[in-house]
Parts: sequence; C-alpha cells; structure tokens
Amino acid sequence: MSGLVLDHLVKRYGPFTAVHDAELTIPHGRFVCLLGPSGCGKTTLLRMIAGLEAPTAGAIRLDGEDITGKPAHQRDFGMVFQSLALFPHLTVGENIAYPLRIRGKSKAEQRAEAERLLALVRLPGVADRPVSKLSGGQRQRVAIARALALSPRLFLLDEPLSALDAKLREAMQIELKQLQQRLGITTIVVTHDQREAMTMADLVVVMSAGRIHQAAPPVEVYRRPADAFVADFIGMTNLLKGDVAGPGRVTVGGGTLAVTDPTPASGAVILSVRPEDVSVRVEADAPNLLPGTVTFLRDLGATVEIRLDVAGQEVIAVTAPQDRPAVQAGDAVHVRFPAEAAVVLAS
Amino acid sequence: MMKAVPRRLRDYAPLGFPAAMLLCFFVVPFGIMIAISFYHRVQGGFYEPAFETANYERFLTAFFGGVLGFSLLLSGLVAAIAVTLAFPFTWLLVRQRRAVQVVWLVFLLSVLSLSEVIIGFAWSTLLSKTAGITNLLVALGVMDQAVSLSPSFGAVLVGMVYQAFPYTVLVLYPALSRLDPTLVEAARTLGASPLRAFFNVIVPGLRNTIVATLIMVFVFALGSYLLPQLLGRPQQWTLSVLITDQAIYQSNMPFASAMAVFLVLVSLGLVGLSLLAGRRENAQ
Repeated sequence: MSGLVLDHLVKRYGPFTAVHDAELTIPHGRFVCLLGPSGCGKTTLLRMIAGLEAPTAGAIRLDGEDITGKPAHQRDFGMVFQSLALFPHLTVGENIAYPLRIRGKSKAEQRAEAERLLALVRLPGVADRPVSKLSGGQRQRVAIARALALSPRLFLLDEPLSALDAKLREAMQIELKQLQQRLGITTIVVTHDQREAMTMADLVVVMSAGRIHQAAPPVEVYRRPADAFVADFIGMTNLLKGDVAGPGRVTVGGGTLAVTDPTPASGAVILSVRPEDVSVRVEADAPNLLPGTVTFLRDLGATVEIRLDVAGQEVIAVTAPQDRPAVQAGDAVHVRFPAEAAVVLAS
Repeated sequence: MMKAVPRRLRDYAPLGFPAAMLLCFFVVPFGIMIAISFYHRVQGGFYEPAFETANYERFLTAFFGGVLGFSLLLSGLVAAIAVTLAFPFTWLLVRQRRAVQVVWLVFLLSVLSLSEVIIGFAWSTLLSKTAGITNLLVALGVMDQAVSLSPSFGAVLVGMVYQAFPYTVLVLYPALSRLDPTLVEAARTLGASPLRAFFNVIVPGLRNTIVATLIMVFVFALGSYLLPQLLGRPQQWTLSVLITDQAIYQSNMPFASAMAVFLVLVSLGLVGLSLLAGRRENAQ
C-alpha cells in the first residue's frame, strides 16, 4: 500500500484516551486537514505521525514500511509547529539550513538551499537577518521553508496560521495550498478552523473526542456529513428531529417532508438542512413545506438571515437580499425544505 | 512604551532606599577596607593611619601570586564543573511532572541550608580511610584496601562543587523552565538526535544564562575559605584562607585588606571581561 496508513492507532494518557482507534489512509500528494474542536486529539494524532509521541497501540506505515517505532529524527518529515519553534540564536538562513548542517552538507550547499527555499516561500534576501527582526507573517514563511528543506517525505503543520491576523491568514492559506500543489508533497495540517480546512484540503478529517467522524473531500463533508456532529461542526446547519414515516418520507412536528436521501426503515432520524437551502414563503405555493413562525430577522447586507420556529425547533434560513420575502418577526409563514437538500442522519 | 526622563530631584526618590543600603553596607565598608590597606601595621599591636604601599608590594611575590592563581583556577574549575553537571540535570528536571520537581527543589533547598562547616566535616568523613566510601568499594570487591582521599585537591573540589550545585540549579531553573520545549522537537523533526538537539539548540539558546551562572558560581567559590582548610592541604589553601589567617590569627589588618581589595579587583576584572566577550559575540 503506497502512502501513509494509520492502522488502528490508539493513544492513552493514564485513564484518558486522546485518540481512539484511528484508521486512515492518505495517498501520496494529498493535502489533508485534521479538523476538530480543541482537545479532540488532532494534534496528538499529528505528533504520533511525526514520531514525537509513541502510540499506545496500532501502527503507522509509510509506503508499506512500519515506522511506528522509528525515532522522529530518522523519519525525514518536515514539521511546522504552532509556536513556529524557530531557533532564536540562529539567523534566518541558518535556521533553514539546519537540517543540512545536521547532515554534514558544506556551507555553500547550506547557503544555496536556504536561498532556494526563501525564494520558494517568496521571502528573498533575508537569509542574514536574525529571526527576531522578522514580522509574524515572515516568520511563518521561514518556518515553512525550514520544514521543506531536503524535500521531506511528509509535510506536517500544527495550527500553523493561528498566530496570524484574519486577513494574512486567508492569504497564507491560499499560498500554502498553491505551494503544496506545486511541490506535490503529502501534507497534513491540524486546524480548528473549518474555513481553513475547506480552503486548503483535498481530504478533510473531522475529529471530536479522540475519534475520526468522517474523512472525505471538503464538498462531500459539507454536502454529505456522516453524522450530526460533522453537519453541525462544518458550517451552519439546521438539525431537525423527525421520525421515518415511510420510504423517503419523514414527519417533523405535524407535517411530512419528502427526502431523496435514503431513509432507514423506521425510527427517529435527524435531518440536516443548510440555511441557504431553506426558503421562507408567505403563500403555500410549493411542495415540501412546514408551517412556522418568524422569530427574528436581520439584514447583514450581503445576506438576510431569518430565524424561525418550526414545530418547536429553531430553524435558520439565509437568502440573498433580492430574494428576501416580505415577512417580519411574528408572521406565520411556510418554510420550504427541498427534498434533495436534506441529509438523513442517525438520531 | 513611553519613557519619562527624571528631571527633578524628587523623581530620583525611588532610588533613595537601595542607594542608601548600597552606601551603608557596601561602599562605606569597602572604603574603610581600602583605607586600611594603606595603613601601617604596628607589630604586636594593631595598626595606625598612614599611607604606604608596603602591603601591596609584599603581595606581589611569587608565593602570593601562586596562591591567587590557584584560587582563580579552583573557582573557575568549580564553576565549570558545577554548571556542566547542573545544566543537564536542570534540563531533565524541568521536564518532570510538577510533583517530582517540587520534591527535587525542596531537597536542593535543604542542601543549601547546610552550613559550610557541616558540609566540610561530612565530606571529610565520607572521604576518610576509617569510615569513608572506599570501605564500601572494598566491601564490593572493587578495591583491595581502604584509603584516605582527604585532604587532597580532589576533596576540596568535590566539597566545593557539592556546595555550589544547588545554587547553580536554582539559578538555571527559571531560564530552562521558560524555554520553549518545541525547539527541541523542531530540531528532532529536522534530523537531530536528542543529544545533538540539546547541544545545538538548548545550550546555545541559553548561552547568556550559562555565562551569567558561571560568573555567579565563580564568585561564590572565590569566597569559600572553610572547605579548603577542612578538605585540603596547606598548598590547596585559597587566597580567602590567607586573608582570614592574616586578619584573625596574625592581626595584620592592613595586609588582609590589601589582599581582599586585590581579590575584589581581579574578580571584577574577570567578570567584566567575560561580560564584554558575551556582548561582542551577541552583537555579531
């Protein structure tokens, strides 16, 4: 099996289990985001891949070779730390050339590689500066350049952009993705920001409480969430409690909705419908409607957000200003949930 | 941040207390000592005011030069050994759990509370022929017969390193515990073995702390005058021992003062030189 394989990986700290039975296969050249709330075990998983933590059970294989017990310094992986961990006593160039120095390369080779990598991260001409003289964004680039020295087999990043301000972070996300596409290097990024994951990843791995909930391309994670946690964590969604009334039919409150997603034979289910798919109508002039009451409405300029009470459950609808229905708080309305937009999840 | 420049006398008021303390307990006694170092010694009596350089001239002989050299060498050696041992020890200590760290720190503080006299006698017993550790080695079959390891240069060195070690750890502890542990991890992912990461990242990253600690232990060891007497032969006596001998047993205050002033000047000079060297390297 080529690529990185995590085989039933477990990490326990005393009675606390940080990672439960993680199974994942990452083919070569993919950009993977480990996504989840803080404390979900994503950083522990990355550190096990890097060799900085020893798994309690399970195995890590890279291109068929078992690397579970291999020390971190023999793995040839590049890693960017949340704190960046740039060596304060070395210049920018010396930081980047550190892996070459370790391997006994000549000064000239070290210098040339540092210059090449600085050009790669678009930060030329700073090789002789001390690290302390750089801005946050520049340090970020230096940390990335250092991790990419000597073309590592895996490129690992632990919340790499969390120290940057929002604008710079967006720009770096795009740049990081372009860099990865150019180099074709297998990359694993830990993040708690779902926008960041959607921007960069080919494969999003959603985790919570030490478990992997879903590993799929970003659009699939958004459109076809595996469970209620994923649906709720990735963007905004409405989770409607209902019961299966028959094949493709779910009752919510007093009404019945048709859904195209396969339903179980019977029992309680949760319907996940994205706010942008929900529409509010004054007249009952379309199929798949439920009665509801407007509780709150706000115009955010680019979008209009309508909060509704549908059979005792809160529903949020988002529309473009030009499609805004003529309603206000307190109005009784009809709320449309398109059959193809609803995802049926286990309750 | 705005920095206000003090203008009136009142603005300097906060400095008053420390300045008064420094004046009372350092400048005045040191001034008196400098003055006495030029006084004339009265044989069989004490001393009388005068201005003569005889005390310093007497000092500039091969004998006292040798003792001064030995004192500086011994203190330097103690500082080097203490820091070499304490630095990896502290590095391992700060990575332990909190509870383990507290136990070790309490232990080190209790060693600090021992007086120099107790440490001296304890080591002279431990290094003796009758009750010393060589008996343990004989029992284990490593040695044929027990020997006396004290008094000797090694015994003085061991005693002084033992005394300086807790200070060294406590001075290094804050800097090492503040050091970002991911620096070592970064070095490891870049291909450095743990030992190599320690020498490439931790040691140079804390160079200034190490230099400051070396100076502190050096000055601390320079003032030690009991351990060389308890654990060493007369040829291992330091300048501090001779100063004590002159001041207390020979009642030669002017000569003792002259030696003390000289010792202070030499150690200040050495400290200044090492700070200067450190600054020059930093400026590069």
